[in-house]
Amino acid sequence: MSSTQPFEKNVRPAGEVWVWITGVGLAIGLFMICFLLAVIAWNGLNFFWPKPLAEISLTEDGRSDFRGERTVPGVIIQRRTLTAENLSPSDADLLDLARDNRDFMREMMIFTGNRDLFATNNFAFLNMGEITSVEFPRELIRIERTEWGDAIGRPLELRFADGRVLGADDPAFVSTLRDQVDEVRDRRREIIRIERRQMGRINALINREELEIRYLRSLAEPSDAQRRELEDRLVRVAELREELGPLTAASRILRDQQNQVRLAFEVVGGHTQVQPLGDIINFYFPNKMSLFQRIGWFFWKVWEFLSEYPREANTEGGIFPALFGTFVMTVLMSLAVTPFGVLAAVYLREYAKQGPLVSAVRISINNLAGVPAIVFGVFGLGFFIHEVGAVIDQVFYPRMVAINTPVFGTGGILWASLTLALMTVPVVIVATEEALAAVSRGVREGSLACGASKWQTIQRLVLPAASPGILTGLILAMARGAGEVAPLLLVGVMALAPSLPIDSMFPFVHLDRKFMHLGFHIYIVALHSPDTEATKPLVFASTLVLILMVIVLNLAAILIRNHLRRKLESAAF
Amino acid sequence: MSHSFQTKVQARSAAEKEPSTQPDFIQVRDFNFYYDGHKQVLFDLNLDIPKQKVTAFIGPSGCGKSTLLRNINRMNDLIDGIRHEGDITIDGHSIFDPLLEVISLRKRIGMVFQKSNPFPKSIYENIVYSLRVAGRNRKAELDEVVERSLRGAALWEEVKDRLQESAFGLSGGQMQRLCIARAIANRPEILLMDEPCSALDPIATGKVENLIHELKKEFTIVIVTHNMQQAARVSDRTAFFYLGKLIEYDETEKIFMNPGNPQTEAYVSGRFG
Ligand SMILES: Nc1ncnc2c1ncn2[C@@H]1O[C@H](COP(=O)(O)OP(=O)(O)OP(=O)(O)O)[C@@H](O)[C@H]1O
Ligand SMILES: [Mg+2]
Repeated sequence: MSSTQPFEKNVRPAGEVWVWITGVGLAIGLFMICFLLAVIAWNGLNFFWPKPLAEISLTEDGRSDFRGERTVPGVIIQRRTLTAENLSPSDADLLDLARDNRDFMREMMIFTGNRDLFATNNFAFLNMGEITSVEFPRELIRIERTEWGDAIGRPLELRFADGRVLGADDPAFVSTLRDQVDEVRDRRREIIRIERRQMGRINALINREELEIRYLRSLAEPSDAQRRELEDRLVRVAELREELGPLTAASRILRDQQNQVRLAFEVVGGHTQVQPLGDIINFYFPNKMSLFQRIGWFFWKVWEFLSEYPREANTEGGIFPALFGTFVMTVLMSLAVTPFGVLAAVYLREYAKQGPLVSAVRISINNLAGVPAIVFGVFGLGFFIHEVGAVIDQVFYPRMVAINTPVFGTGGILWASLTLALMTVPVVIVATEEALAAVSRGVREGSLACGASKWQTIQRLVLPAASPGILTGLILAMARGAGEVAPLLLVGVMALAPSLPIDSMFPFVHLDRKFMHLGFHIYIVALHSPDTEATKPLVFASTLVLILMVIVLNLAAILIRNHLRRKLESAAF
Repeated sequence: MSHSFQTKVQARSAAEKEPSTQPDFIQVRDFNFYYDGHKQVLFDLNLDIPKQKVTAFIGPSGCGKSTLLRNINRMNDLIDGIRHEGDITIDGHSIFDPLLEVISLRKRIGMVFQKSNPFPKSIYENIVYSLRVAGRNRKAELDEVVERSLRGAALWEEVKDRLQESAFGLSGGQMQRLCIARAIANRPEILLMDEPCSALDPIATGKVENLIHELKKEFTIVIVTHNMQQAARVSDRTAFFYLGKLIEYDETEKIFMNPGNPQTEAYVSGRFG
C-alpha cells in the first residue's frame, strides 16, 4: 500500500439537494407562465374557429321551453353536472327524476344566437334529461349581422325586390347569396366612405365653426369685428351644410338599395325570419366546411378582428381602434421616455459628482419605479391636464376656454403618453446608467488623450457603446407601459373614441384626442357589456392580441438592439 | 510647432516671451502626488525632459512611472481624490494653470496607454478620431493621415485591406500598434508611451523602436519600459524611479554603464529585489 492518501471520494455531491430545490422553483415558474399563455391562446384562438351548429330536439313534455319550440339550433358550449346544492328550489323535482335517469342532473349550455327572436342573452341551458336528439344538419347557416348578433337557422329562400324568389334547394342559391352579400358589403363600404370620411370631415369643420360661433354669441358686447366674424362664420357653416346635402342624398340612395333583397330562413319549428341583406355582414355553413375551409375562415376572422371597428357597444366586431391607440400611445411614450431617461442618466453617471446627494437621487429614482401606477395617473391629471393643459389652452385656445370646451385641458393621448413616460422613466434611467458604467475607463481615457472634450467622448464613444443597454431599458419600459391601464383611466382613455389619434385630417396627428386602448377595451368588454358570457371569448382574443403586441414591440426593439450590437462589434459606426 | 499653449485669456499668452528653444522642454519641479487625498505615490520629483529626445522611465512595478506620465497630459484629472504639489511646465507654461484649456494641452500630446484601448469603431475611425474631434473631416486629408500613421506604427501592410473592419478584430499586438498609430495621427509635439511594446513580438518591437527613432526628429518622447535593453537602445536619457522617488536621472549611457547609485546599478543589471 502506498503511503499517499487517496483523494476523498464524493459519494453525494455537495449541494445536490439545492440543485433540485432551485430547479423545481424554476420549473414551477416556467409552468405557470406557459399555462397562462396556453389558456389565453387557446381561449382567444378558439373564438375564431368555426364551430359546428347543432339542432337539439327536446321532449314534448319537458320543462325546457324555448318559446314553445321543441327544437333549438345552437353551438354547444359546454356540458355540466348539477348538484343538489346549486339547484334552485323550483327545480327540486329534478332530484326525483334523476333517480331514474342521471341525465336529469346534467345540463348543456348552448349559444343560441337569434337574439331578436328569443330575446335572450344568446345563451341557454337545456336539461340533458329532456334532450331527445342532437343533430348537425349540413344545411344550417350562421349569419353575422350588424344588429342583434348572429342568427342561426335553415335557409329557405332569397326574396328579390321585383318579387322573384330563389329557393334554397336551387343549385345557384349559395352562390347567388354570396354575390348578393358581397354586393351589400361593397355598398356598405361605400356608405361608410361617404358618411365617415367625406361627411365626417365636413362635420368636423362644422363643429369647429360652431364652437367659434358659440363663443362669439356668448359675448355680451361683441365688437364690430367680432360681429362681422360671426356673420362670416354663419355663412361658412351654411355653405358647409349645403355641401353635405348631395352626400346625404347619395348615402340615402345607397342605404335604400341595401335592403332590397331579403333572406328568409327558418329558425325553429315554424318560425320564419326574414332578414334584409343590408344587415348581413357574412354567412357560412359550418357543418359543410372542409378542414381547409375552416382554416381559411379562421384566418379571415382573425384578420377581421384586427382590422375592423367594434360594433354594438364593443360586444361585436373588431378591435382596430384599440389596437391602433395602444400602438400610437406606446410609440409616443417611447419617443418621450428615451431622450428624457438617457439625458438624466448621462447627467447622473457622467457629470454629477458622485456622492451622497447623487446616491439619494438614484435611490429615489429606483423607488419611483415601485410607485403604484394609479398614482402616476393622478399626477398626470393634476399636473399635465389641470396645470400644463390649462396653460396651453389659455395661451393658444382662449376662446375654447371661454366656452368651457378645453382642448388640451382634458384627457388626451399626449397626456396619457407623457404620464406613462413618467412612470417608465426610472427603468430607462437605471438601464442607461448601467450601460454607461460598463463603458471601460480605457476607452474614455483614450478619447480624452486624443483631445476630445467630455461631451465629444460621451457622444462619439460612450453613448454608441451603451446603446444596446439603453434599448434594453426601453424594451422594459415598453413592456410595462403598453399594458398599463390604471393611469390611463384618468388621462384620456375612452371605451369608444369617435376618431383615431392619427388620420387624414390636418394636422394628421391629433395629440389632444381621446383614444382607445386594448387594456381598457378588455376591461370594458369583460365587465361592462350587457352580456358578459357572450363577450368572454372576445376578452380572451383581445388579451391575446395585447400580449402579442407587447411581444412584437419588444421583438422589434430586440432586433434593433442586436443589430446595434453587431454594428458595434464590427464597429461600423 | 513652437506656438505657445492656448489659454483662455489670449492676452496673457500673447504677452509672454516667444518660447525658447531651451533643451529642458518639460520641467518637473518639487512634484508630489497623492491618490485618495493622502496616499502619496510621488515624492519631491525634479527632472527636466529635453526636447526632441527620447527619455525613458524605468523602475520596479508600482514605483509611480505611469502616475508621473499620466500627469504630463493631466490624464489623472479623471480620478477622484487626487492632489498634487509642485508644478510641471511645458515650454515654460504650467500645465496646472487654471486658465489652461486641458483639451488644447492634450491635442498636442499623444499618449499610448499601458493597456491597449482601441475604440469600438473601425480601424479607420480609430485613427482619424483625434482629427474628427478637432473638426477636421476632409476625406483626402484623413486618408493620408491613416496611411501615414499606420505605416509609422508598422501596421499598414497588415490592415490596409480591412480599414473599415472593427478594431476589435485585431490581435493584441496589432491593437497596441493601432493605439500607437492613433496617438501619432495628429502629429503631437510630445508622445507619452506607457510600455508600448509589452504585448509585441520582437519584430513588431523592432519596428516600433525604429518608429521612435524616426519620431524623435520631430517629437519629444517619454517612454516607460520594463525592458532594459529597449531603454538602452531607444532612449537618450533615462530616469530610474524607486518607491515614488527619482533615484537617478542621467544620460542613458551613463545610467547603464556607470550608474552613480548602487540601487540603479542593481536594477539595471537585473540583481534587484
Ligand atoms: N487610481 C489609483 N488610485 C489609487 N492608487 C493608485 C491608482 N493608480 C495607481 N495607484 C497606486 O500608485 C502607485 C504607483 O502606480 P503606477 O501605476 O504609477 O505604477 P507604475 O510604476 O506604472 O507600475 P507598473 O510598472 O506596474 O505599471 C501604486 O502603488 C499604485 O497602487
Ligand atoms: Mg504603469
